Amino acid sequence: MNGRVIPIEAAGGSGKSAAFEYLTTRKDELIGWARKFSIFPYPFVTACCAMEFMAVSSSPYDTDRFGAALPRFSPRQADLLMVVGTVTHKQAPILLKVYEQMCEPKWVMAFGVCATSGGFYQNYAAVPGIDRIVPVDVYIPGCPPRPETVIDGIMQLQDKIARSQHLIVNDKF
Amino acid sequence: MTTYGSDIFERVKERFGKAEDDLSGTARSSTTVQHSILVLHFAPGEVAGAVKVLRDEFGFDLFLDVTAVDWPDRDPRFDVVWHFYATRNRVRVRVKTAVTLADPVAPSLTALYGSAGIMERECHDMYGIRFDGNADLRPILLYEGFVGHPLRKDYPKQKEQPLVPYREEAKP
Repeated sequence: MNGRVIPIEAAGGSGKSAAFEYLTTRKDELIGWARKFSIFPYPFVTACCAMEFMAVSSSPYDTDRFGAALPRFSPRQADLLMVVGTVTHKQAPILLKVYEQMCEPKWVMAFGVCATSGGFYQNYAAVPGIDRIVPVDVYIPGCPPRPETVIDGIMQLQDKIARSQHLIVNDKF
Repeated sequence: MTTYGSDIFERVKERFGKAEDDLSGTARSSTTVQHSILVLHFAPGEVAGAVKVLRDEFGFDLFLDVTAVDWPDRDPRFDVVWHFYATRNRVRVRVKTAVTLADPVAPSLTALYGSAGIMERECHDMYGIRFDGNADLRPILLYEGFVGHPLRKDYPKQKEQPLVPYREEAKP
């Protein structure tokens, strides 16, 4: 656990043993902390970025360190829609349908320059950026992105999740 | 065994009674060899008969592709281009015909090659060439409702025809 992100204080002050008796935090931050380490991705993989997705998912780089490796192939079980590769106009209705089937809370990652802006496909076929169809939380540049770039994107998304308001927190919780 | 192409090319040339190598390649009805492919030009009405001869007498039994070339400043504007392969002799032949913008109709070869149908659909998508005799020219790579033919030179390069309405926030 990273104390810099989630401030947790030991009760009783100095002189005590290292065992915590109780912790204090904000409910919002607790939910955010739990959610940011359980990002189940739905890989919407359409093109060559898939190779880089496989590389960054598997052991040398291992996105499971961030809790973001186990893909759920049902959008209803997924938290993060990873759009990996070029999306064509013909495919856009499928992307929108997958996004709409995902349950809240949900986030979208545009993986690679094609999903971000269409990349060099400025033509009749390609959607110039998936943010025209679904809202995007994190954009990852590169053709394809370096694994380090993807990991940085995941970490930025984690920060965003940790900082954001969580609708589950209300006066009953 | 036939040496790579030369013999069958001579026999094809004789069979069609074409002029000897015309390297300009611009004549409406000419025969050339380019990059070890025999290139035959025909009028649109002659194509189906000539391809039947190529298939039945010279063994060009594999339909490789049909596509088109857009020459924006030329009349007739389009070349329709077929490629065939002879699996026994291992040679290729290219058949070309010129069609106009006003009447871009080429003969369908679905009666000769079953695989021609889907490739003619693609060519119809991209260039708007109609293949007379192909009853199923629905879009195959494009989608219903797409207006225009994107590989024609006058199609705007970045024109978008989205199927999903864009989000309000994303509109420029």
